[in-house]
Amino acid sequence: MSVDQTTVAKIASLARIKMSEDELARMAPELSQILDWVEQLGEVDTSQVEPMTAVIPNTLRLRDDVIDADPLTGGDRRDAVLANAPAAEHGFFGVPKVIE
Amino acid sequence: MSSYRIQGATGEWEVVIGLEVHAQVTSNAKLFSGASTEFGAEPNTQVSLIDAAMPGMLPVPNRECIRQAVRTGMAIEAVINRWSRFDRKNYFYADLPQGYQISQLYHPLVGEGSLTIEADEKAGIPQDKVIGVERIHVEQDAGKLMHDQHPTMSYVDLNRCGVALMEIVSRPDMRSPAEAGAYVRKLRTILRYVGSCDGNMEEGSMRADVNVSVRRPGEELGIRTETKNVNSVRFVMQTIEYEARRQVDLIEDGGTVVQETRLFDPNTGTTRSMRSKEDAHDYRYFPDPDLLPLELDDAFLEECRASLPELPDAKRRRYVEELGLSDYNAAVLTAEVETFARFETLLAETAKRLGKSEKDAATQVANWSLSVAPGVMNALGDEANPAHATAEAQAAILQMQTAGEISGGQAKEIFEIVLKTGREPAEIAETEGLKQQSDTGAIEAEIDKVLAANADKVEEYRGGKDKLFGFFVGQTMKATQGKANPAVVNELLKAKLG
Amino acid sequence: MTELTELGVKAIRDGVAAGDFTAREVAEAHNTAVAAGGALNAFIVTTPDHALAAAEKVDAARAAGKQLGAMAGVPIGMKDLFATQGVQTTAASHILEGFTPEYESTVSQNLWSAGAGMLGKLNLDQFAMGSSNETSYFGNVISPWRHKDGGNADLAPGGSSGGSSAVVAARIAPAATGTDTGGSIRQPAAFTGICGIKPTYGRCSRWGVVAFASSLDQAGPMARSVEDCAIMLGAMAGFDPKDSTSLDLPVPEWEANLSADLRGKKVGVPKEYRMEGTDPEILDSWERGKEWLRDAGAEVVDISLPHTKYALPAYYIIAPAEASSNLARYDGVRYGLRELPDGAGLQDMYAATRAAGFGDEVKRRILIGTYVLSAGFYDAYYNQAQRVRTLIARDFEKAWAQCDVILAPTTPTAAFALGDKMDDPLAMYLNDVFAVPASLAGLPAMSVPAMLNGNGLPLGLQLIGKAFDEQGVLNAGLAIQQRAAFDAQPEKWW
Ligand SMILES: [Mg+2]
Ligand SMILES: [Zn+2]
Repeated sequence: MSVDQTTVAKIASLARIKMSEDELARMAPELSQILDWVEQLGEVDTSQVEPMTAVIPNTLRLRDDVIDADPLTGGDRRDAVLANAPAAEHGFFGVPKVIE
Repeated sequence: MSSYRIQGATGEWEVVIGLEVHAQVTSNAKLFSGASTEFGAEPNTQVSLIDAAMPGMLPVPNRECIRQAVRTGMAIEAVINRWSRFDRKNYFYADLPQGYQISQLYHPLVGEGSLTIEADEKAGIPQDKVIGVERIHVEQDAGKLMHDQHPTMSYVDLNRCGVALMEIVSRPDMRSPAEAGAYVRKLRTILRYVGSCDGNMEEGSMRADVNVSVRRPGEELGIRTETKNVNSVRFVMQTIEYEARRQVDLIEDGGTVVQETRLFDPNTGTTRSMRSKEDAHDYRYFPDPDLLPLELDDAFLEECRASLPELPDAKRRRYVEELGLSDYNAAVLTAEVETFARFETLLAETAKRLGKSEKDAATQVANWSLSVAPGVMNALGDEANPAHATAEAQAAILQMQTAGEISGGQAKEIFEIVLKTGREPAEIAETEGLKQQSDTGAIEAEIDKVLAANADKVEEYRGGKDKLFGFFVGQTMKATQGKANPAVVNELLKAKLG
Repeated sequence: MTELTELGVKAIRDGVAAGDFTAREVAEAHNTAVAAGGALNAFIVTTPDHALAAAEKVDAARAAGKQLGAMAGVPIGMKDLFATQGVQTTAASHILEGFTPEYESTVSQNLWSAGAGMLGKLNLDQFAMGSSNETSYFGNVISPWRHKDGGNADLAPGGSSGGSSAVVAARIAPAATGTDTGGSIRQPAAFTGICGIKPTYGRCSRWGVVAFASSLDQAGPMARSVEDCAIMLGAMAGFDPKDSTSLDLPVPEWEANLSADLRGKKVGVPKEYRMEGTDPEILDSWERGKEWLRDAGAEVVDISLPHTKYALPAYYIIAPAEASSNLARYDGVRYGLRELPDGAGLQDMYAATRAAGFGDEVKRRILIGTYVLSAGFYDAYYNQAQRVRTLIARDFEKAWAQCDVILAPTTPTAAFALGDKMDDPLAMYLNDVFAVPASLAGLPAMSVPAMLNGNGLPLGLQLIGKAFDEQGVLNAGLAIQQRAAFDAQPEKWW
């Protein structure tokens, strides 16, 4: 088994998904099975191969430095930005108090 | 080498410092969205759907941000990587809507470069020192949390979220707080010359992550701590002093330094461990699949290079070598963009009016710019309107002074009136009677009177008491209410006294 | 007059333009079919008013003598992965329940601009993660198809575009949008006897589409004929400056250039797709496919794609890795579900919200993705997978020296019963074994129905083309369509 329950708990915490002991116990063998299976990739000799960067030959396009040229990508639309917020107050998003 | 040492109970310790400076790129819009970067707007008004990480939103990079980072790299003679990529740095925090920061880990835009900090004997920097810059990468800024507006909630403002930053990572080449301070100041100067960052530390346009470790001189590197987001040169220096002392004390007491993220408290000048970044060590960096590799072509790089201004070191050298200024004057005049800009405009205007080369006018203009003009301004305080201190007005004053029409004292008086009122210097000189007399006839008449009234002294002078010459000059000046051109007075007196 | 719900995209568009019926009549007929199709659970929300309003606009434009768009009068289903302004968009997840976007995805906007209307938001596997539409928070979609022996076990419509495949096969919608990350258009199309094409990566904008795996996600049409797919893809595709990976190329005239004449074309048959345990009926359909393409004038050649067997494991590293990061934004701060247990701090809120909001399969993939990217594992898993991906793309590159288009089965089996594979994630993943290689290489690929198996269930054939050559894929698909003459449809039981 490539991952035990403790490892799964660590990953779940890194991924910010709360999991009960039961869930962790259920998930560990499932993840192990999947990880054991994907490990067959280790068989492939890739020493001369670069990792894929762009699946279709294409390079990064750059945008002009213009403010609010398109409302879909610009700012100045606070109502739209806050419209679905579970807790919006005084123009802010509210979250439980954070101690830094 | 810096001889800065921490004196511990068990001996001397050396401090090793590396800085990661986050500099906000000067641009209208954010790195990946069209929202404005303007400082100080109402909360969440400068937030696009992209910055708020709405489902399905995608980043498209802003050319200007890339351009400014490349120009900055060129300014520190760094390697510009024609092929770079954006990576995602994954972590959860309320100021980071995407759950990741788009940054560059594996293939940064700018590679190895360096900058030089100048010798400063008083600060313990005996000679110029080259500080290595490992890399500059481009990344997104985070939003802002406010903790004191509500009893149980923190408020999130995403206005800054997605603003372009350059992270300028130094080599651990600094050995004292003074060197670190000089490095930040020099970097700030370069950024402001290039125009890639306004360098405004109060508004957070520049902040430093301060990496500090201590070791016995010459030994292996110690474990470092990283104090985040220190936002002034003074605080950077305080952080280093505090951290170095803390680490030395800790080690000497038998403890070990923990590699951790710390926070600087400006009120106490101390640092403390940052609880909120506890598990921030596993960022799961990977190439951002929303963005293709960034490839720069010759035309782009050529434009970046061609648009670079004369840089601080080159300018300072030119001021000394070509304009003949003193090292000190050259250093002061080139330290700030505004200073050299004002100086160069005034120099050009003055040289033009005098029909001289800039080299021949430089020393006079430098003296005026560095001591005379600031003296008058400071004395006036709030009464002075700096907007009136135009290059034209000041050049006009310098021209009258060079021509002997006004004295140095009159120049100051005229400039004072200019600053208060914005009136024309020539008109002031005329109406306020602030002109020297160069009319030999009138001056001769006054001299004759002075010599007649002091016949005994004339005798003494002729008998060999040379010192009395100054007395005759003074009397003549007094008689002309200081308006006589001293050069003319001298000449006439010499002739008359034989 | 034929039932309007029997008509496809082309027939509706042309009929509306000719005045044979009004767009409104078409919308009403389909709205009725939607209302009657509740048993399939294919819609998360229905939007009859959207369909009617779009239809009325088309009718008015026609009355005014204006030029009509390529989709004028065609009401479609919209996979609930596309953000639709003012209409709930959930990705079939509890975590987005109630989320009402203030924006419209580029692809859906393109469709509305072309004169289409929306019947509703279609159910799918949660965040498009699944191959049977059993991971939706809003319940399973039930395939309109049943075994011909009369057994009434509910069958999977395929996934993740299961709502899309179900409504198109059931004649509830003439067409629907799908998205394909590792087969999510082609596999459900094959399971339900319809056509679906995933275009070249970058053809359709990803802007406004809830992201699963960014380097793989592509939108595409699902419809009942190759022609309909060509028309609808033409309306969906196009350069979008808001998507950095969007192809800055003109959209070809796919519909106008359709041709089933394959003389001079070579069709490659990859030997590695003949896998152990593949259903003999699938192999049979493949043989027939070769015959049909030969009949259309093509030469069939054997080719090799040696890294095929590694495609699926590479996919199950890359896709979850990207997903683990793409789904980090669902945190209960700006939209969607928020779980705030008593005394919870910020990080507790994240963990509780994501625990309550994500389904099991989504969690599983986030955890795999988090694991393979975590410190110390990145190179061995993620980088190795991306290197293998390069090799897979290279395999195709080499194959194009020998052929113009590739023919393969779409799936290793026909549709299975709901529940059959839910407790074996690996068995479920294997469903996409034939679909994933083209996804990893960003190539256009299509599924067209070939025949019914012994159980009376559809089997699909897959055509994979060179990058940018959707036309070659569509043309080969058309040749098969004409010869397969597949006209079976599910018997209405809902
Ligand atoms: Mg840092
Ligand atoms: Zn940084």
